[in-house]
Amino acid sequence: MSPKRKRSLLLGLPLLGFVAVLVVLGSGLGRDPSLLPSVLIDRPLPEFQAQRLDDPEQWLSPADLHGDIALLNIWATWCPTCYQEHTFLNTLRERNVAIYGVNYKDDREAALNWLSQLGDPYRFNIDDPEGQLGIELGVYGAPETFLLDAQGTIRYRHVGALDEAVWEREFLPRIRQLEPQS
Amino acid sequence: MIPELGHLALVLAIATSILLVVLPLVGASRGNYQLMATARPLAAAQFWLLTVSFGCLVLAFLQNDFSVQLVAEHSNTRLPWYYQITATWGNHEGSLLLWVLTLAGWTWAVALFSQSLPRELVARVLGVMGVISLCFLLFTQMTSNPFTRILPVFPYEGNDLNPLLQDFGMIVHPPMLYMGYVGFAVVFAFVVAALLGGRLDSAWARWSRPWTTSAWCFLTLGIALGSWWAYYELGWGGWWFWDPVENASFMPWLLGTALMHSLAATEKRSVFKAWTILLAIATFSLSILGTFLVRSGVLTSVHSFATDPTRGLFLLAIMALLTGSALLLLLLRASTIRSEGRFAPVSRESGLLVNNVLLVGACGVVFVGTLFPLVVDVLNLGKLSVGPPYFNALFAPLTLALMAALGVGPLLRWKTDDLYRLRVPLIISGIISVTLGFGLTYFLLTPFYWLVALSLSLVFWIVCTELEDIRGRIHNKHHRWQALLNLPRHYKGMVLGHLGLAVTVTGIAMVSFYDIAEDVRLAEDRSAVVAGHEFRMVELYDYQGPNFTATRAVVEVYRDGRQITVMRPEKRFYVARQMPMTQVALSPGLVRDLYLALGEPLDDGSWAVRVQYKPFVRWIWLGALIMSIGGFLAISDPRYRLARRRRTATVTGEQHVAKT
Amino acid sequence: MRWIGTLGLLSLLALPVQAAIDPFEFDHPEQRQRYHALIDELRCPTCQNQNIAESNATLANDLRQRVYTMVMDNHPDSEIRNFMVQRYGDFVTYRPPVKPLTWLLWFGPFVALLIVTIALAIWIRQRNAEPPPQIDATDRERLSRVLAKHSGDS
Repeated sequence: MSPKRKRSLLLGLPLLGFVAVLVVLGSGLGRDPSLLPSVLIDRPLPEFQAQRLDDPEQWLSPADLHGDIALLNIWATWCPTCYQEHTFLNTLRERNVAIYGVNYKDDREAALNWLSQLGDPYRFNIDDPEGQLGIELGVYGAPETFLLDAQGTIRYRHVGALDEAVWEREFLPRIRQLEPQS
Repeated sequence: MIPELGHLALVLAIATSILLVVLPLVGASRGNYQLMATARPLAAAQFWLLTVSFGCLVLAFLQNDFSVQLVAEHSNTRLPWYYQITATWGNHEGSLLLWVLTLAGWTWAVALFSQSLPRELVARVLGVMGVISLCFLLFTQMTSNPFTRILPVFPYEGNDLNPLLQDFGMIVHPPMLYMGYVGFAVVFAFVVAALLGGRLDSAWARWSRPWTTSAWCFLTLGIALGSWWAYYELGWGGWWFWDPVENASFMPWLLGTALMHSLAATEKRSVFKAWTILLAIATFSLSILGTFLVRSGVLTSVHSFATDPTRGLFLLAIMALLTGSALLLLLLRASTIRSEGRFAPVSRESGLLVNNVLLVGACGVVFVGTLFPLVVDVLNLGKLSVGPPYFNALFAPLTLALMAALGVGPLLRWKTDDLYRLRVPLIISGIISVTLGFGLTYFLLTPFYWLVALSLSLVFWIVCTELEDIRGRIHNKHHRWQALLNLPRHYKGMVLGHLGLAVTVTGIAMVSFYDIAEDVRLAEDRSAVVAGHEFRMVELYDYQGPNFTATRAVVEVYRDGRQITVMRPEKRFYVARQMPMTQVALSPGLVRDLYLALGEPLDDGSWAVRVQYKPFVRWIWLGALIMSIGGFLAISDPRYRLARRRRTATVTGEQHVAKT
Repeated sequence: MRWIGTLGLLSLLALPVQAAIDPFEFDHPEQRQRYHALIDELRCPTCQNQNIAESNATLANDLRQRVYTMVMDNHPDSEIRNFMVQRYGDFVTYRPPVKPLTWLLWFGPFVALLIVTIALAIWIRQRNAEPPPQIDATDRERLSRVLAKHSGDS
């Protein structure tokens, strides 16, 4: 190869590199860099011992969530998006979707009030006043919704409000996949 | 009326920049001097139009014109007037207008100070700057118009400026930073103009050197100011976090530093031509990349602007156009670029090459570390974070290697040299610096850290070798002191720049390894002892500020039973934004800062207070200040002006030949 | 360099910006040091690129509390880091783990530097071996005159 050719090739490298950078930056646009995937996907629910929200005498553990394909919804009364989402959870309840709740870093009184006023879509709620279960689940912002299979294995997590669109796009296909086995 | 006037000026500036692109560039390619001559007045017109536009925006802020959306979102009637002015650039749209104004300012400056350069070159340089300007003006107009009104119903009160930005740092830091960022557009324009004209001797290197150095000085100051501001404003005492936005300004700095050095080699010895051109293009491209990172939302940062993918796409297109065409042009001209100079493996040229490799390597580390999470995310391989532990681990060895090389580089002669010639001074300097570095660390500092001893040794290494270099220049002169003063300014500037680096590294090493931070409980008449100082809170009271309420503690500081100072940390609550803020109390000193931040009130009526002892922290910014003073001193060297005058006296028309 | 901006986002999230200050008590200074090193290096998952030491977000407070408890229970650093990574993923640590995916990140710069150094060394040798570019007589004369003129500069 002539030195001139070699030189042109060498000077072409920065151009190539630049195009690669442009492609990466371009495909990064519109992504939400703050959205975190859960590391618990395809792993069983972490161990916990917690009180039931409406009955502090009763202690709950992961085994109590086995049996059905179900949602585990993390919520709190201080969370405005949870309020927004609550109507849709009620709708899901009407469609016989099993939903368990984790009342996350909240006040028991306030939470029970909320449920009696806005309707209670949950089979039961786990009380997590200190957010310890939240840390076990890797929760970083309420509301979050986990999809559990009948054995209590985590299959999917959605961060943010649940609505019809998300339900149809993310949850229904996964539930259909799980159903034949259960 | 005033916002409309400002908008009109902005639109007229766009029209002017179109003319600035077309007329001079067409003129230069046709050899039409009348068309070329339009460049200077157009550059001036563009600058004044944008000054009017920016002035109108400032006026809208001062007049509390909340019908302008930007004012309503970022100002407040109770905001002090000086923060109302700075609120103008405390947001995306306003800061972008400042960006284009700065660019127009540089363009105008080039027009003013280029009287002696060949007319084609001036026309092309100003034309290329016009292209950059046009891109960003269109970006402003189409995606980020600062003059948008909310009519007919507008708020009676504004949303107030983010309290973090209500500070002296905000007044000076962004304009400085933009002066630096945008200033690299000048050397970029020189390169592209030289490529367009096909005249790739080292003349362009000589002409663009002072511009590069001045942009670098402003950027150095801007980054240092930002670091200093973060240090006292954010309340946790950090001065650098390797945040994407910080990195965005640091990358052009690193490459700009490399560029300054390789320009020297290209100008003097006609070597590294293609490389220097590439560096100039890359440096300005990284400035645009920085703008993109801050405003597009592809990376999370504590301090990015309100982000929007459309803006990101537009900026990406600008980057593709400017950088892409410059690189393409370089490729087309590749065959005409010849570096004539020859140099031996041991020579000043090789020294500068080592400097460039290390600085570009350092920039590469920052680049890879900043973009790696994005690449991994785009490829759907998960999410990860790259932060201080990574950057520190990779940056430290590169910096230390650079410092080691920096000790030898300035002593070397151009073209060819012999290390044997330098053996005595190098060995003596080595012994002195290792003895001092390790000795001081071992006897004065506890605990002993290898890395600190090594860093301090290299600091002394730089000092010793610079002193040796100066000694070599004056030792056989008759009046040594006079000779010292008579050393050329560009040389004194270089020495200051290098010593500034040594000062900064000292600060970084000391504060990274020996700072002390403790969170303590304090209440009235209760005290705590941290780092040999007793902090006694004597008073705690509430007061009302213009747009905030505050609790202030009065803390007396004792050392060895003697009161040395009184500190007054505050906790403020900004009403309009419902935001709490910590107002830090500082007791600054050359060898240590004491740093108090008020946390939250605790159950028993006492307050959580963070007490920090920061040894040598000021040296970090002091070093940066010294570096930029060095830079400004170098630019002021009459060499540049004389050289130009001499050149014009001898150059006629197209010819660059020195005829006598 | 944390200047900037109006986080449009900031007003939405009411991102707490003041430093988080907890007057935790430690038994040994070594524990305090470990605690501070850990919270400096763990990233707050809800925040805009802040570590949990700086952030006053509720989650950051909880995680700091957890780190404190684990430090006081004498769990080694690696265990505490793993605890967080197992729950929040690699995102939570500012020190990316060394694994095939991150080899490029950790070793790439050094490998590149090595290659460039070797290439440059070869280049300089070759260049020195080459004869200098041909210059004709007029050019040479011009050159010597220019050189004579410039010898005044350093």
